[in-house]
Amino acid sequence: MDSRITNILIVGVGGQGTLLTSRIIADVAVQMGHDVKVTEVHGMAQRGGSVVSEVRFGEKIYSPIIKKGDADIILAFEKIESARWLDYLKEDGMVIINNERVNPLPVMSGKEKYPDNIHERVADMIDKTVIIDASGIASECGNVKAANVVLVGILSKAIGLPEEEVEKAIREIVPAKALEVNLQAFQEGRKRLEA
Amino acid sequence: MKKLLIGNAAIARGAYEAGATVACAYPGTPSTEIVTNFSSNEGVYAEWAPNEKVAMEVGVGASIGGARTLVTMKHVGVNVAADPLFTFAYTGVTGGLVIVSADDPGMHSSQNEQDNRGYGRFAKLPVLEPSDSQDALDFTKMAFDISEEFDTPVMLRITTRLAHSQTMIQEGERKEVPLKDYQKNAPKYVMLPGYAKARHIEVEKRMLKLKEYAETTPLNSVEWGSKKLGIITSGVVYQYAKEVLPDASVLKLGMVNPLPYQLIKDFADQVDRLVILEELEPVIEEQVKSWGIQAEGKELFSLLGEYSPELIEEKLAGKLMPAGYGLNKEIPGRPPLMCPGCPHRGVFHTLHKMKLTVTGDIGCYTLGALSPLEGMDTTICMGASIGTAMGMEKARGEEFAAKTVAVIGDSTFVHSGITGLIDVVYNQGTSTVMILDNDTTAMTGHQDHPATGVTITKQPTAKLDIEGMVRAIGVKNIQVVDPLNLEQLQTALTEELARREPSVIITKRPCALLGKTKQAYRLVVNPDLCKGCKACIKVGCTGIYFDDENKKAVISPSCVACGVCEQVCTFDAIERVEG
Repeated sequence: MDSRITNILIVGVGGQGTLLTSRIIADVAVQMGHDVKVTEVHGMAQRGGSVVSEVRFGEKIYSPIIKKGDADIILAFEKIESARWLDYLKEDGMVIINNERVNPLPVMSGKEKYPDNIHERVADMIDKTVIIDASGIASECGNVKAANVVLVGILSKAIGLPEEEVEKAIREIVPAKALEVNLQAFQEGRKRLEA
Repeated sequence: MKKLLIGNAAIARGAYEAGATVACAYPGTPSTEIVTNFSSNEGVYAEWAPNEKVAMEVGVGASIGGARTLVTMKHVGVNVAADPLFTFAYTGVTGGLVIVSADDPGMHSSQNEQDNRGYGRFAKLPVLEPSDSQDALDFTKMAFDISEEFDTPVMLRITTRLAHSQTMIQEGERKEVPLKDYQKNAPKYVMLPGYAKARHIEVEKRMLKLKEYAETTPLNSVEWGSKKLGIITSGVVYQYAKEVLPDASVLKLGMVNPLPYQLIKDFADQVDRLVILEELEPVIEEQVKSWGIQAEGKELFSLLGEYSPELIEEKLAGKLMPAGYGLNKEIPGRPPLMCPGCPHRGVFHTLHKMKLTVTGDIGCYTLGALSPLEGMDTTICMGASIGTAMGMEKARGEEFAAKTVAVIGDSTFVHSGITGLIDVVYNQGTSTVMILDNDTTAMTGHQDHPATGVTITKQPTAKLDIEGMVRAIGVKNIQVVDPLNLEQLQTALTEELARREPSVIITKRPCALLGKTKQAYRLVVNPDLCKGCKACIKVGCTGIYFDDENKKAVISPSCVACGVCEQVCTFDAIERVEG
């Protein structure tokens, strides 16, 4: 209803670190003086289930959850999770997909097949689709664990959050010895959207 | 300065600002963070009680003792605490007491979706319902005032969306509230029939006063818009309504029991169409309709699960939900599963392999019911596994019991498994009970409990000896085994099932997420030995997957070398390597 509201859906698999990403984005939005609401999944789903964090910011936010068809951006930490939540995307919205496969239980037990080309099918349907190998980029920066921060980089760029503010938030969260790798990962993430 | 806070932390802050000095709880999603947040304040007492009934009773004592007291639990926890709660509603309080019921519409992490607003009418309690974190903070403070003014415990009812959504709050100052004087007052606090009859009169008088209060309290408010559509709502659904029906008139009920008759009647009289938006039970709707007021509610909306902004928009603003892309129907579901290295995995693999009937309980191990482990037959409520196994035996006989196992976690055993085990011994059952001791309350996020020997504030304390407790109950056959050793597990089960006596097998291994399962080596699949039989895949672990192209199993980076798949492999294809 209000174009000044930004709706971000961060989806993935419990344990992948989606909460850290939603918290960094939300903290920066607060610093910028927005009204902010965030909803996260706790409890059972965190044990390897499908998880979603919803971040909304703007002048005045009522609902803490995003309507179907109203997300400006879907950031998927895992390939098939982008498809699971795609119906939440706005008509001209953007999907960022981390090119990572985590087999769900029905695949592990052999009852279902993992649809390996699902991210390509999303890309066929959604003009603004970006596929990114966050783990590969993080490894090149020196630590695969910084994959999260690569995704923070590309997401913060996509929604136009000021670089310095996000960097400040990362400095506050990341331990000192891993800081350099993470800041580099952040920059590499931002670059992926310029390309 | 304003800041973002989850609803649960806002409640903790509200209790702190209201001068509460005591808080008691048993962990349960979505309530857990309230008391953990409260416990971080200086100069307050907080505890994990063994269960919600004890938490409520400690709360009752603290209140009668004169302190402002917070008691928190998930919705089903209130069932456990209901006995003291109902009678405490008769005695009333000395220091204010607020009980938080964290309901879970949609069952994100629960076994049912009961609507605890029902307890308000049943136990005759005032019930407040906040709609965001600021409400949560403010209403908690008001709840303490209401509790003392009306001499009643007050229920603060929240839902998962409130508990775990972060919204902006403005903190206030803490009010130091001195302890009220303790005075012996048997007619008020000893609920013998003679005294209780007198107290029931007070309860009914209090409910009348609360009805008057509900008419004018700022907890309830009207926001006038177009009078074509009037909405009565509460909780987070209020936020959904404001989002998608910006023009409607809204009566927001912050107090959902008792309801303000006149306020609702006046609102209804002024709008052309009245719709009541409330998740789960038609608690408000049935009362409003009983007053002869025309309204719509559950004829439009479901009794099941959560509401959403798009659902309200579709029903009341005539805007159809977007058709979507349909891709979500083409992908496999992703239910939660045990973590790599989880000590429960080997247990359920073994139970499944031995084709046993398994009465289960509440915790991470309930995931053992899912494919491919499929090692559980029943799960009802906290502590039910042991009584259920006993009942099956008494219905079907000892032969059946010889193939039945009750499975319960350490925290759940302390919560309400102990009495079930006493029943087995007392009434001469032959049940085999497995206590899966992972040294924590894992599912809710690793809270301590009496058998971890650590308090909520991480102070060392007396450690309940589970084995000694089982022995004291009268169980003669006790085995302690490592759940990562499958052979040991199966041998123990075979031996204990064969006995025509009660047995307890305690599996001891800390939760994998506590980081104590690290091995000096890692595992790899030797592709020359792997036959592609997928036996290792059927333990249901993200630490190993099947490469469809090469038809071989592959160890993934999340593997912690717990060795369950290694033991399952009959071709010795999973090998240990340094590093």
